[in-house]
Amino acid sequence: MSLTPDQVRRIAALARIELDPAEEQGVAERLNRVLGLIDQIQKQDTSGTAPMAHPLDGRLPVAQRLRPDEVSEPDKREEFQAIAPAVEGGLYLVPKVIE
Amino acid sequence: MLNATVSELSAALTAKKISSVELTKLFIARAKSLNGRLNAFITLDEGRSLAEARVADERRSKGGAGPLTGIPVAHKDIYCTKGMLTTCGSRMLANFVSPYDAHVIERFAAAGTVLLGKTNMDEFAMGSSNETSWFGPVRNPWDTGRVPGGSSGGSAAAVAARMAPAATGTDTGGSIRQPAALTGTCGLKPTYGVVSRYGMIAFASSLDQGGPFARSAEDLALLMNVMAGFDPRDSTSLERNKEDYSRELNLELKNLRIGLPKEFFAEGLDADVRARVTEAVRWFESQGAKTVEITLPNAGLGVPVYYVIAPAEASSNLSRFDGTRYGHRAKQYSDLLDMYRRTRAEGFGAEVKRRILVGTYVLSHGYYDAYYLQAQKVRRLIAKDFAAAFERSDLVMGPTSPSTAFALGEKTEDPVQMYLNDIFTIPAPLAGLPGLSIPCGFDARGLPVGLQIMGDYFSEAKMLGAAHRYQQATDWHRRVPKETPL
Repeated sequence: MSLTPDQVRRIAALARIELDPAEEQGVAERLNRVLGLIDQIQKQDTSGTAPMAHPLDGRLPVAQRLRPDEVSEPDKREEFQAIAPAVEGGLYLVPKVIE
Repeated sequence: MLNATVSELSAALTAKKISSVELTKLFIARAKSLNGRLNAFITLDEGRSLAEARVADERRSKGGAGPLTGIPVAHKDIYCTKGMLTTCGSRMLANFVSPYDAHVIERFAAAGTVLLGKTNMDEFAMGSSNETSWFGPVRNPWDTGRVPGGSSGGSAAAVAARMAPAATGTDTGGSIRQPAALTGTCGLKPTYGVVSRYGMIAFASSLDQGGPFARSAEDLALLMNVMAGFDPRDSTSLERNKEDYSRELNLELKNLRIGLPKEFFAEGLDADVRARVTEAVRWFESQGAKTVEITLPNAGLGVPVYYVIAPAEASSNLSRFDGTRYGHRAKQYSDLLDMYRRTRAEGFGAEVKRRILVGTYVLSHGYYDAYYLQAQKVRRLIAKDFAAAFERSDLVMGPTSPSTAFALGEKTEDPVQMYLNDIFTIPAPLAGLPGLSIPCGFDARGLPVGLQIMGDYFSEAKMLGAAHRYQQATDWHRRVPKETPL
């Protein structure tokens, strides 16, 4: 199947990526080439096959490891906020969301 | 010294023929003199490297040194290094100084190796030619008009050009093995879960795995002894006993069963690549190994399956880059949503955006079953093909890449042509299996050809053993690239 420019804009909106109208055509064209490639998987009969989310599933136990619910991380707020684009009073600043 | 392997350098350090400071100076000088042409390093920090070398020399003089103490190692710029730029080849992280070290970086530091620098890579490890890096393409030392492969192209080129004796990389669909093949170096992608990914910037979490580059299989084993091991901070890290990856270097080849997947030798394979790989397989037969034809009937769907699963996981992983906590933030925006959208439009390059868009699409309502779920089902069929293959063979061999290094710009216009480069490297990580690439000769243009060796889960030591035996009888891995003579 082939994506229309409208669909491409919708996907970009979902992905939170601004698309320059001038590049939409090229983006859609290349995306459609990739979709042409991945569409090949449709023809494969997979009835009775379970999806495989973990690459060792089927050969090794892959249960998620649990740990005790204890505080293990020290407070590194200053180190982490030193590399942030905008902080104030220990908080990350973003444009106002609620008026 | 520049052409020596890690094991030879280790012996020289132990015998006090050279100090780590002298060795580090040698490689820094070499890296500086070639980096303008090859662009293999994003960051070189001479002061830091020399300080670490002095500590290593002290440790060697006091005792308590390991085999790798004092050896300079370059790290792919996907591994977080505390207090040092960690860019992942992206404008998004072009200003990111990591507040912590990756597990792999900690392990190499604990072993006493010297951090030589951070190597260039495709942006967020998405690419097969190292042309998607925000910091510009890496050039192949065998022919600087050609690509070194990717995504770990900087690490591969640095090791090939003798700018570093060893380096780290990461492999999601071939990002260690394919650049190793294209640059005539050795690279290993371990079994999923063997090397901790803590501090290794995530691309596709059901596939990503770190591994080493070096100039010999013997060296890869030494590096694996440092890199591998359980880490509770990575939920996919496997709790296993410590392994000595050098233990099977003298592998008995007599009656070793080598599976040759007929799909890996089908049409579309470059004639010189076929010839060199076949010659390498013949050598194993001459040592008493038995070859068996095997079939991986679903491997042909590996590339389309991969380009559903990897972008889907990437679209989720890369949602963290939103201009809020670290990295790039757009200068102008109207509201929060606009800040996200402009930040991501500016921070990501075309290939990364393309994969995020593909991933968003295949996970979106109405398409999830047809794409993502179906891809996960075919993924299981591919894993089952391998399980059947390893009942009949101890190791599987074939070409690493369908062709030798291609020209810069040759495949950048058509993403599908670029993706098909990884046709032989994608199946193993889909099944979580280990694979390595070693050089096995040259094509008519003098470009290196890679032999891929795959094994069942946790058979890295056996794979390295087979590779080491081959390297004892051949000298392809000792050849120095023509454009970067010593």
